[in-house]
Amino acid sequence: MGLASENGLVIFSKSSCCMCYAVNMLFQGIGVKPVMYDIDQDPEGREMEKALMKLGGAAAAGPVPAVFIGGKFMGSTNEIMSAHLSGQLVQMLKPFHHSMS
Amino acid sequence: MKSSVHIIGYEFELEKYASFSPQTQRRLAQNREAARKSRLRKKAYVQQLETSRLKLVQLEQELVRARQQVSHLIKYTTQPNGAGIGTFEMEYAHWVEEQHKQVAELRRALQAHVGDVELRMLVENGLNHYANLFRMKADAAKADVFYLISGKWRTSVERFFLWIGGFRPSELLNVLLPQLEPLTDQQHAEVCTLRQSCQQVEDALSQGIERLQQTLSQSMALDQSIGGSYRVQMAAAIEKLEGLESFANQADHLRGQTLHHMARILTTRQAARGLLALGEYFERLRALSSLWAARPREPT
Repeated sequence: MGLASENGLVIFSKSSCCMCYAVNMLFQGIGVKPVMYDIDQDPEGREMEKALMKLGGAAAAGPVPAVFIGGKFMGSTNEIMSAHLSGQLVQMLKPFHHSMS
Repeated sequence: MKSSVHIIGYEFELEKYASFSPQTQRRLAQNREAARKSRLRKKAYVQQLETSRLKLVQLEQELVRARQQVSHLIKYTTQPNGAGIGTFEMEYAHWVEEQHKQVAELRRALQAHVGDVELRMLVENGLNHYANLFRMKADAAKADVFYLISGKWRTSVERFFLWIGGFRPSELLNVLLPQLEPLTDQQHAEVCTLRQSCQQVEDALSQGIERLQQTLSQSMALDQSIGGSYRVQMAAAIEKLEGLESFANQADHLRGQTLHHMARILTTRQAARGLLALGEYFERLRALSSLWAARPREPT
């Protein structure tokens, strides 16, 4: 996933996924604009989906949204919401804030 | 020698002590030792009594839970499709009953000024009870997400405040805050940060659901009555609606996390007061629903 390591905040999504939209809105609400990558628009979408399913594990509701911060997989909606409530999310985004659009 | 005499509390005249024979001095020392051991034994005994009492409270709670599980099991095995809506309605009725008992228990404990250890247990029970509700709701969401988010299973006034199948956690924090005073400056800051984060997550989820409504509406507005396209259109719409279950689960996850963080920020006593305030608030809303339904009206 070369994409993920180039940018600070990348969210793998699907164009039809409204939870991905919600997570996008959450980040924008706290002042960062994530790079949204729709895997259903990618010719290798199926492969990416399989890889993301593996990353997410049994607990995840689906392959997307898959959030990467600094090239590192942070989890899906559940993990991001928990991290925001605990205050960790803002901390994790600090080193990348200046590079955000 | 002077300091040791004072610690024990005997008022000894040093000269008198010094004049005693070594045997007498030894006997006095042995007496002091015996008295000290006796005090320690008494202290240990009292501590044992306290521990036993706490264990009794714990066992009583476990008994209540075990009885509940048995009655659920009995009803569960007579329902062919297991975790359906019928089961949920029954379990929710039990949940409300148990909630009422826990609220009464909290009230009693706070009025009686029980110790922190017992309060901690009551707080844990209260938090677990809410966790159980969220688990039940997750099962219900799998069975019928529309039923769950419509709030049909709640009283009318509760439904008035509905946000994705339950209460808005940031709003509940507003209800609780005045009841928790006095808070330290640190606690105030942490609660305000929590409330803000909560609102941000609520806004994000609300926007997500709005988008779901808009895109669904748009896709349904197209006339795709020719065979294959119709099936594709409907299949896409069904996939969209399946996303609703995630929203219901995330909303409950937010509620649970908010409770968890509040319990972390507050002292045991404050957390107990908070749970009591929350439980009483819900009870009042339910009572209001009943009164509203029964209110006298002008004959038309």
